[in-house]
Amino acid sequence: MFENAQKDILTIGVGGAAGDGVKKAGIKIADFLRGRGYEVYVSFEYPSLIRGGHNFTRLSFSKNRIWCDHSKLDILIASNEESVGLHRSELKEGAKIITDMPLPKISENPEIIFSDIENMSKMPFDTKTELIDGNTAFAKGLQAAGLDFYLAYPMTPATSILHYLASKQTPEGLKVIQPENEISVINMALGMAYAGKRAAVGTATGGFALMQEAFSFAGMAELPLVVAVAQRQAPATGVPTRSSQSDLRFVIHAGHGEFPRIVISPGDSEESFRAGADALNLAWKFQVPVIVLLDKILSEHLMTSVLDENSISIERNENIIFPGTPEKIVKVTSYEHDENGFTTDKPEDIKKAVERRFEKMGKIEEEMQNIETVKILGDKESENVVVFFGSTKCPVLEASKYFDKPAKLVQIVWLEPFDAEKVKKELENKRVICIEGNHNGQLASLIREKTGIEIKDKILKYNSMPFDPMELAEKINSLWS
Amino acid sequence: MELNLGTKIKITWCPGCPNSQILVAFRRAVTELVSEEKIKIENLVAFAGIGCHGKISDYLNINSFTSLHGRLIPAMTGAKCANPELTIVGFSGDGDSLDEGVEHLIHSAKRNSDINIFIHDNRVFALTTGQADALSPKGFKSKSTPFGSIEEPFNPLLLVLSAGATFVARTYAGDFDGTKRIMQEAVKHKGFSFVDIIQPCLTFFDTRDYFKEKIYWLGEDFPTNDLKVAMEKVQEKNNEKVPLGIFYNIDKPTFEEELYK
Repeated sequence: MFENAQKDILTIGVGGAAGDGVKKAGIKIADFLRGRGYEVYVSFEYPSLIRGGHNFTRLSFSKNRIWCDHSKLDILIASNEESVGLHRSELKEGAKIITDMPLPKISENPEIIFSDIENMSKMPFDTKTELIDGNTAFAKGLQAAGLDFYLAYPMTPATSILHYLASKQTPEGLKVIQPENEISVINMALGMAYAGKRAAVGTATGGFALMQEAFSFAGMAELPLVVAVAQRQAPATGVPTRSSQSDLRFVIHAGHGEFPRIVISPGDSEESFRAGADALNLAWKFQVPVIVLLDKILSEHLMTSVLDENSISIERNENIIFPGTPEKIVKVTSYEHDENGFTTDKPEDIKKAVERRFEKMGKIEEEMQNIETVKILGDKESENVVVFFGSTKCPVLEASKYFDKPAKLVQIVWLEPFDAEKVKKELENKRVICIEGNHNGQLASLIREKTGIEIKDKILKYNSMPFDPMELAEKINSLWS
Repeated sequence: MELNLGTKIKITWCPGCPNSQILVAFRRAVTELVSEEKIKIENLVAFAGIGCHGKISDYLNINSFTSLHGRLIPAMTGAKCANPELTIVGFSGDGDSLDEGVEHLIHSAKRNSDINIFIHDNRVFALTTGQADALSPKGFKSKSTPFGSIEEPFNPLLLVLSAGATFVARTYAGDFDGTKRIMQEAVKHKGFSFVDIIQPCLTFFDTRDYFKEKIYWLGEDFPTNDLKVAMEKVQEKNNEKVPLGIFYNIDKPTFEEELYK
């Protein structure tokens, strides 16, 4: 059945009005395929409204590893005429259009292996893998590392973390709270950390903008905190249901003043899971705020993944004292303070306090040696290098299947602290292309700042849409031709 | 066990500032509550916002959390959720919790979080050297309102009553015993307690003479379980009489109880 396919990959689009079940149908098909041993990647495109409007779910699947969906369709399933019109130009030669309505009746097509859609849920499924989005994977990572509280104010594309964890609450275990606004969210989390509970908060970048003062407070008071920041097309309200990588600079510099923080930027669902667990453990180990930078694509798109919960341990910090301990007084303050937590404005105390907070940078950098903060993928010996961060990993890896020349793929996972030595070693004197979902080439500028290497070839996308792997491959091939 | 609630930190409030009276009243309230075994000293946490009032945490030899300006209330709720054994008191100012963080005040009253808010009510921004705030009367002349404030003030007690507070009281900083007693009643109350402490600012808005003539304590027969009566009483014409005492004190499930159900 793969004669018409692009190599061994088939792509299905499901289009219809919001409320038609476009997303649900896509997920059902995808999970059916996953259960049959296929690798699947599912993307969702929808406007910011509840009913009506055009929704589109697209999934690419293959017997081999698949990193990203493709834009050319082998099958289009449409619940209305509009969807056929909108996606006709994306059909491959000989592609099938299924327009039986409503959607569950798409079962008539004899050529498709998922013909019995009504009975899919009853079929024996492969349980080793799961079809999971970055937000849910991140949330599971937090849970695996012993999360006590999750707090959030709803904001796309971070909201599904809130929904998922809210559904996982237990009387004695995890609690989820939705306070009055993002400012309350983060300050409440700081009160929890002070009293000894592991808290995480999540929001889109606009919500994180509201949290800046308290983020700085976490740095000042050395209160452990995890913040999931899901980027969407900005500035301001921007395009709520679309993606962007334009907040790299914002998060690495977040909060006023100077204080240590960690910024982890996972690239796929499995890495999001790991990032959630690492973030919580690192926040408590080093008493620093930790940001996990997500984006709409990573947050919402589904991919076949294996999450290894046994690989996660809960690392506690026995040195922290909490209120409620007899004979101990625990003082925390947003003012500059001495070691006992009393306010100070003496220059010598201030200097000491700043240095005390930055002392832990050395320890964090030591810890980095045990973590893959920069990943080297592809052909490790190649002179051709592609560098990227975050969800751009997926289209880059998918595109790399179609590169004319072998290439080394360098993924920056930790944006702060930044392993300048390693990045320099991997990029120096190579033909480097930097790929980012923003206008200013923020990663390229960060690399220049940290390593002195100027990357001239950049592929930047800032129209809010994901990179298409075939388009990306074509551009990269032409830059290297 | 003898409690030592003082610290070595030099008090930097203006000489004669009623904040010192609030500090003394609180120390006395705590000493008695601990000796009566109503609270454990290690479980007591004093939160503070930013403003003149906020210096109080440095003067208390107990657990403390000095938040950002206006943000003590969510931090208090967070700590209470994290460890319901803690006794959470929060010192705040009218600028702190009726301007900057008013959303948190209203919402914590709504959710009936088991925390205690003591407002140092001086009706002016003092630490920033005197500007009108949410409780300054209309016509109040300050550095930021040289021709007089053009806004009506909030009635903070009415505000929290309508938001769902389950304990609402007012006291006068100059009355040590009255303030101590109200603080103790607030701490004993299960649920959201709001105490407005009239604290004249000697430097930027000296209302001592004004209040001395107008304050009076509610009689012992005042019903504290009737929202309508409480709302009427807290609206008693301010320029005639200013009642002090507990206006409202009812029992309702707290946010933390509901959370752990």
